Amino acid sequence: MSIVSGKAWRFGDEINSDLLAPGLYLKSANEIMAQHCLESVDPTFAKSVQPGDVIVAGHNFGVGSAREQAALSLQLLKVGAVLAESFARIFYRNALNFGVPCLFFPQYNEISAGDKLEVDPVAGTIKNLTTGKGYTVDPIPAHLMEMITDGGLMPHLKKKLGKGRAA
Amino acid sequence: MGQTLVEKIIARAASKPTVRPGEIVTCKVDLAMILDSGGPRKVWPRMKELGVGVWDREKLIVVTDHFVPAVDAETAQILKISRDFVREFDIKHFYDMKGIGHIILAENGHLQPGMFTCGGDSHSTMGGAYGCYMSGFGGIEMTGVCITGEIWTRVPETIRVDWSGKFNQAVVAKDIMLHLCRALGMDNAFKAIEFGGETVRNMSMSERGVLCNMAAELGGEAGVIEPDDITLAAIRAAGKEPAPDALKWRSDDDAVYAAKHAFDASTLQPQVAAPHAPSNSGPVDDYKGKKIDQAYIGACVGAKLSDLHMAAEVLRGRKVANHVRLLVAPATQKVYADAAADGTLGILTDAGATMLASGCGACAALGAGVLSDGEVCISTTNRNFQGRMGSNKASVYLGSPYTVAAAAAAGTIADPREFLP
Ligand code: SF4
Repeated sequence: MSIVSGKAWRFGDEINSDLLAPGLYLKSANEIMAQHCLESVDPTFAKSVQPGDVIVAGHNFGVGSAREQAALSLQLLKVGAVLAESFARIFYRNALNFGVPCLFFPQYNEISAGDKLEVDPVAGTIKNLTTGKGYTVDPIPAHLMEMITDGGLMPHLKKKLGKGRAA
Repeated sequence: MGQTLVEKIIARAASKPTVRPGEIVTCKVDLAMILDSGGPRKVWPRMKELGVGVWDREKLIVVTDHFVPAVDAETAQILKISRDFVREFDIKHFYDMKGIGHIILAENGHLQPGMFTCGGDSHSTMGGAYGCYMSGFGGIEMTGVCITGEIWTRVPETIRVDWSGKFNQAVVAKDIMLHLCRALGMDNAFKAIEFGGETVRNMSMSERGVLCNMAAELGGEAGVIEPDDITLAAIRAAGKEPAPDALKWRSDDDAVYAAKHAFDASTLQPQVAAPHAPSNSGPVDDYKGKKIDQAYIGACVGAKLSDLHMAAEVLRGRKVANHVRLLVAPATQKVYADAAADGTLGILTDAGATMLASGCGACAALGAGVLSDGEVCISTTNRNFQGRMGSNKASVYLGSPYTVAAAAAAGTIADPREFLP
């Protein structure tokens, strides 16, 4: 998996699955759902987020429902990585399965909205190009590394099963 | 060194003599449940892409509950995909519009102590009331389970939570969980919660289910309760025979826990969680007098027969306040029928309740009963995140069926003890 670089979007604690994927749009196509991602906390997010941008948040990111749209929306919006103090388990697993790297980042408070970041999920390094500070965090767990470098569960399963259309 | 119940179940599913917290293992799944919401509509296209089928037509249970009954073309299509999927793979156990999956599993005797099970919904933790390991996963991971019958897990540490003492009037398992969301926080990810103690041992299976259901609110991998005679009786009542060794599934006396907590039920008051988190909870007195627009008795956690009984105790001979709408969605069709047969339904409708279909409905803003901007609802459901029940400008309070029914009658949040004989 390559190095992620983009601008930081700052969110608070307990950004839950209803904020990431509001129930009212659960029946909609994934692309429509993604346009409502986080609108209750930042109405500009889904419209303005750029490929490679990084979400930086506090504790228990993704808490709540098992709905995969909470993580899938971030993949569709091409979010490069999520850095949070801690993650809710189902979100964390869903996100990795969609190839969206999630890193536990205790110093999340040192990042400001708009900071330019460079994240290497495999090495576990974060560089804040705006402040010049660097951080080391736990990399993606080794047993998931192969799946993540394959690009998520689907490309990984395709490789393992050796059939289906090319990734 | 002893092992916890969760460690024992995971070790068995991973074909290992023992496992230790932190270890990553691949488990064989004894039973999996997928739902209309994140099930066939998410799983099947991926299976087609990979050119594979389901791993076991008898172990994969399919339930439609989130979008039932269809309210528009999109939800009708989602349900149709579930039905087509069941036909295509000749799925043995399909519960179409019979009620909410977590309750359906219990009603039909699918759960046994010691099982390792997965569900495509976060409240799958509810299954742990039967002494099995049941955890929730998203559609993308359930795709892997449906195809391979396996899933990896990082063996969680277990937190033991013991309750002793007798409940005060109108205090129930739901109040325990609202209290625990505040006391333990909602950030216990990658840990399992084991409930025990005399108060829990005295609970019905329906009340034990509430504890394990809302282990999801604590952020847990799973919520579990060691099986006992009450567990076995419930399995028999569902028409199944418990495995002969069912009661061996217990934690060792010298098992190692991440933490042990002990609480006294006799000091607990009815609890209410204020917007926008279950952890934002406190005694009902703190919220007394808050005017409500809607009272909702529904969801896996709060619309079992015992929950409707609690509401009926409060509402017998009373009327819902003029400006309030009381919506009741029994968790399953069996609950609906049982409540009709024993007179509970009559008490609720006499009081002015509007009966809704069995299913998730307003709990997650999927069906009838959603909220508009600025509206205030008190609900027996398990989550009150912003936007959960409709508008992101609505406010949702959580309480037990006693507390919700009392608010419906009073028109404001009220102490249910004032409404009971
Ligand atoms: S009733 Fe609510 S909490 Fe329960 S499974 Fe349905 S949506 Fe989830």
